[in-house]
Amino acid sequence: MLDTTWSIETPEGITLDLRVAGPIVRAQAWLIDVMIRTAAYISLGIVLAMLGRAGMGVFLIVFFLIEWFYPVCFEVLGSGQTLGKRVMGLRVLCEDGSPVSWSVSMTRNILLTADFLPLAYTAGLLSMLLTRHFQRLGDLAAGTLVIYADRPLESKAMEAIEPLSSHVHLGLAEQRAIVSFAERSQTLTTERAQELAELAVDITGATGAEGFHRLKRIAAGLRGAP
Amino acid sequence: MKQQRFESLHGTRWEALQEWLDPKRGSKPAAEDLPHLYRQVCHHLALARRRHYSLALVERLNGLVLRAHQRIHGARAGLTGLWIQYALRTFPRLVRTEWRLVLLSALLFYGPMAGMMLAIQARPASAYLVMNPMELANIEDMYDPAAHKIGPARHSDTDLMMFGHYIRNNVSIDFQCFATGLFFGLGSAFFLVFNGLVIGTVAGHLTHVGLGGTFWPFVSGHSALELTAAVLSGAAGLRLGVGLLLPGRLKRLESLKVAARRGMRLLYGAAFMTFTAAFIEAFWSSTTAIPALTKYIVGIALCALVLFYFLALGHGQTEEAAS
Repeated sequence: MLDTTWSIETPEGITLDLRVAGPIVRAQAWLIDVMIRTAAYISLGIVLAMLGRAGMGVFLIVFFLIEWFYPVCFEVLGSGQTLGKRVMGLRVLCEDGSPVSWSVSMTRNILLTADFLPLAYTAGLLSMLLTRHFQRLGDLAAGTLVIYADRPLESKAMEAIEPLSSHVHLGLAEQRAIVSFAERSQTLTTERAQELAELAVDITGATGAEGFHRLKRIAAGLRGAP
Repeated sequence: MKQQRFESLHGTRWEALQEWLDPKRGSKPAAEDLPHLYRQVCHHLALARRRHYSLALVERLNGLVLRAHQRIHGARAGLTGLWIQYALRTFPRLVRTEWRLVLLSALLFYGPMAGMMLAIQARPASAYLVMNPMELANIEDMYDPAAHKIGPARHSDTDLMMFGHYIRNNVSIDFQCFATGLFFGLGSAFFLVFNGLVIGTVAGHLTHVGLGGTFWPFVSGHSALELTAAVLSGAAGLRLGVGLLLPGRLKRLESLKVAARRGMRLLYGAAFMTFTAAFIEAFWSSTTAIPALTKYIVGIALCALVLFYFLALGHGQTEEAAS
C-alpha cells in the first residue's frame, strides 16, 4: 500500500484509512484562497472608498478579520474546507478523525506566521517534506492533517454474465486485481480495456475482445452469484 | 462468502446510513437505530477488508464510516457560558500559573525599554543606535503639541480609521510574537527585545526633546492594556519554545501540542486586551480636548485595574484547571 495513508483506529475498533495531501496540492489550494481574498478586498475597497476616511477604517478592520479568520470560519463551519480546498478536493481534520474545533483551527492558522519564515513559507514547506504525513508547523502543534476528501469510486453494477472458473491457480493479489479491473472496466474505453486484459493472457488464454470477455467471466466467478 | 452475495445481503443497511448522512430534500432521516446501524456498517467494513473484497467496495464503506464517524463523534459543546468562565476565572489563573514565563517575558520587554530610556537621558545620541534621524523626526512631528490630533498619520482625522489601523497593527504584532515562539522561543524573545527597544527609544527621545507633555498623556490611557498584552503574547510564545525544549515526561511532539493549547489560551486574552487598547487609543488617547491630568488619572486607574484583575480574580474554587 502507499505510505501516504494515515490510519485511525476508531472507538468502534476499526481502522479508517485517510489519504494525506502533499505540499503541491496544498499550495494550489492556498493560491486559490489568496486570489479569492484579493478579489474580495478589491471589491470591498471600491465600495468603502466612497465612504471616505471612515470607510477606510472599516476596511482595515474587515481586512484584519478576513486575513486572520477567513480560514478559521471556513474550516470550522464548512466541514474543514476553505474555498480553495474545496476546489482542490482537500479537507482539514484532527488526527483522530474528528472535525476541527474553533481553538484547533485558530492555533493552526495563527501559526501560519511561523510557517512563513524566513520567507515565502520555507519553514512550512520544509516541515511538510520532513514529517511523515505532510504536516506543516501549524499542523504539528494543533494536531491536524489535510486529507483528500475522496468521492467514492464510480462503479456501476456489473452486467449479468456467465461465470467461468480459472484453470490457473490465482493468488489473493491476482484475484483482487481481476475483480477490481472488471469493476473498473466500465469506465475505460474498449480499446484500453482490451489492452489491459492482454496482460492476463496467461490466465485467459485469449487476446483482444475474447480475452477481455473471458477475464470478465472469471471476475464474475470470483465475485460469486447474487 | 463471495463479494456479490455480501453486497446483496447488506446493501440496504449501507443505503440507510447513506440516507442518514445525506437526507433527500424534505425527508427527515430516521435515526432511532443509528448506533446499531453505525456499528453494523463498521463491522461490514472490517469484514470487507479481512476478506479482501474489491477496492471499490472497501473505499465505499471506508467513506461511509468516515463521514458517519465525523458526524457522531464531532459534536461540539456550546460556547456560550465559556467566555464568561474564561474571562473571570481561567485567564487570570493561567497567567498566575505561568508566572515564570510572564516574568521572563516582562524582563525581555521592559528591560530594554527602561535601558534605552536611561541611556538617552545620560547620552541623547544613543537614540540613533536604534532608529535613524528621519524616523525620529517623523515621530517628533506626530507628537507636536500644536497638532489637532496626536498620534501617527496625523493628517487623518477619523478615529475609526485609526482604530482599524491600530487593530491591524497591534494584534498582528501579538500574533507574530506568539507564532515565532515556535522556533524554540527565540523568535518571541527577539520580538520582545526589539519592540522594547523601539518603544524605549521613542519615549526617551521625546522626553529628552521636550515633547513629553504630549507623549505621556497620549500613551497613559492605553499603555497598561497594550504593554501587558504584548508581554502576555511573548509569554505565550515562550511557552511554545519551552514546550519544545523541555518536554518533561512527554514526547516532544506531544509536549508541543500541550504547550500550543496553553499558549493559545493566553493569546486569546492578550488579543482581546490589545483590541480594547486599540479602541482606547483611537477614540480616547488622541483627543487634545481632555486635560493631561485626567488622562494620567485614567491611566493609573487602568493600571491598577489590570493588576487587580490578574492578582485577585480566579481564586476560590480548587477545581482542576484543564490543561
